[in-house]
Amino acid sequence: MAQGIWIVAEQREGELRKISFELVSEGRRLADKMGQSVTAILLGSHIKGKAAVLGKYGADKVIVADDERLATYTTDTYVSVLAQLTRASEPAIILLGATVQGKDMSGRLAARLGVGMAQDCVAFSIENSNLIAIRPIYAGKAYATVTFEESWPQIATGRPNVFELNEPDDSRPVEVIGAEFNLDDSQFKTKIIESIQQAGGKVDLTEAERIVSGGRGMKGPENYVILEELADLIGATVGASRSAVDAGWRPHSDQVGQTGKVVSPNLYIACGISGAIQHLAGMGTSKYIVAVNKDPDAPIFQKADYGVVGDLFEVVPALIEELKKIL
Amino acid sequence: MNTVVCLKQVPDTESQIKIAPDGRSIVTDNIKWVMNPYDEYAVEEALRLKEKFGGEVTIIGVGPKRVTESIRTALAMGADRGILVDDPAVADTDPLSTARVLKAVINDLDYDIILCGKQGVDGDYGLVGSSLAELLGIPQISVVVKLEVSADGSTVRAHREVEGGISVIESPLPLLITAQKGLNEPRYASLPGIMKAKKKPLDIKTLADLGLDPSEVGADAAKIKIMQITPPGQREPGKVVEGETPQEKAANLARLLHEEAKVI
Repeated sequence: MAQGIWIVAEQREGELRKISFELVSEGRRLADKMGQSVTAILLGSHIKGKAAVLGKYGADKVIVADDERLATYTTDTYVSVLAQLTRASEPAIILLGATVQGKDMSGRLAARLGVGMAQDCVAFSIENSNLIAIRPIYAGKAYATVTFEESWPQIATGRPNVFELNEPDDSRPVEVIGAEFNLDDSQFKTKIIESIQQAGGKVDLTEAERIVSGGRGMKGPENYVILEELADLIGATVGASRSAVDAGWRPHSDQVGQTGKVVSPNLYIACGISGAIQHLAGMGTSKYIVAVNKDPDAPIFQKADYGVVGDLFEVVPALIEELKKIL
Repeated sequence: MNTVVCLKQVPDTESQIKIAPDGRSIVTDNIKWVMNPYDEYAVEEALRLKEKFGGEVTIIGVGPKRVTESIRTALAMGADRGILVDDPAVADTDPLSTARVLKAVINDLDYDIILCGKQGVDGDYGLVGSSLAELLGIPQISVVVKLEVSADGSTVRAHREVEGGISVIESPLPLLITAQKGLNEPRYASLPGIMKAKKKPLDIKTLADLGLDPSEVGADAAKIKIMQITPPGQREPGKVVEGETPQEKAANLARLLHEEAKVI
């Protein structure tokens, strides 16, 4: 009988990413309801020293797959190791991050194991030891509650910035053990040639706690400097609406919405964004939404917690001055 | 160089989504069905490869008869032929089963690169491409924003979008890529293209034609089941930030964010 909850932790350049702690925290809550244990799986190179911190958030055990060839994520190597470990231990549930890495692995891993996969979930619960997952569909215009048919492991990816972190507990004991696996180099066809960091090394929109976003009302690419200034002040990432991206003002990777990124920051400040249905779907789960728009009838105001009717070119610079007094 | 594009038909992104009385599906009346936006990038990239290297572009869809309209759109853009798997048994299936159906079609084809959209903008699973690559035993590169094929057609170098940057991956052919916005600017079908598309082959197949049994890929084989579809939670009505001047409004907003919401 399949037992236990597994969390696939995520590291980049040897540093654990926040999603790892979010998943361990959620895994702990689910495991307590089932009376089972939480095991974190950590793949990397010279990474064992990072394992214990996962225990503070609720992992009972960390299985570390340490190998030079696992230093950087590749689909082939990571899926191979995870499938081997899963087959050897038969966990009941596996949670991965709905990150670029997690979403790249998930379909391949599920197909290799021949099991179901619920992608990009925002809530989990347990019923009769089975995982129930809630996931946005149509970019958040609706939510689907999905269950797994009689097959194990039940695998899901959880959206970043959604699952609450447990208070780290330094006194929690954790067992760190090495994984046993084989890597057959002849099976690995892809290789990483280069990693290009975006200028400034800003937090990605999907992981950002705060986002300042601009739309057609920005009138041109040169005006984003005021949003950059506000973003720098409050530690936010700058996003854009589809119309701003399609106009060539901002790169595609900045787009928030149904054909861009779906985000859920603590604070989303929409400047000169009218609020097309695709945009609202992509940011509707933000905790606090601020809208600055000249048009009092703009649909964005129906989603906003705080609506400012006014010219963003006057309001945003004034807001920067006011926030400087507070910060 | 022969390419295969897996195409899905989805509700236009302008669509309001209404939940059907059964609570497990959506109301499809008045929905405008279109080619999945990410699949448009996949079709365009396949056409560019054809222009550079020659070969054939085959479009494969899974779904009801209306999907032929989206396949015809791809043919009008310049693809060579289409195959639709139309079988009531796959109407309510899951991504892994869809990948199995696609694999059965592709097994009979000669291909170098398979292209899919990074996800359907309806179910938002984003699983079919990578599941299909696994079933076919070929490498995958997902969320691709730039694709370069070596002059001799033996290797691919792809830029994929990762958090905060780009990862450049090299792979031998055959392989599967999933297309992200930014990969290219899809062309519109020309009038002569639309006329030509009417004469291009579009085969409709059933599961039986593919040697598949509904028990392997149909709704009963699905490992994931939708129990319920619900609307998004309603947000509490918001506040209009008061003030006579932009400065006053900004000051009030700063105070609300700091003292009431406590997010700054």
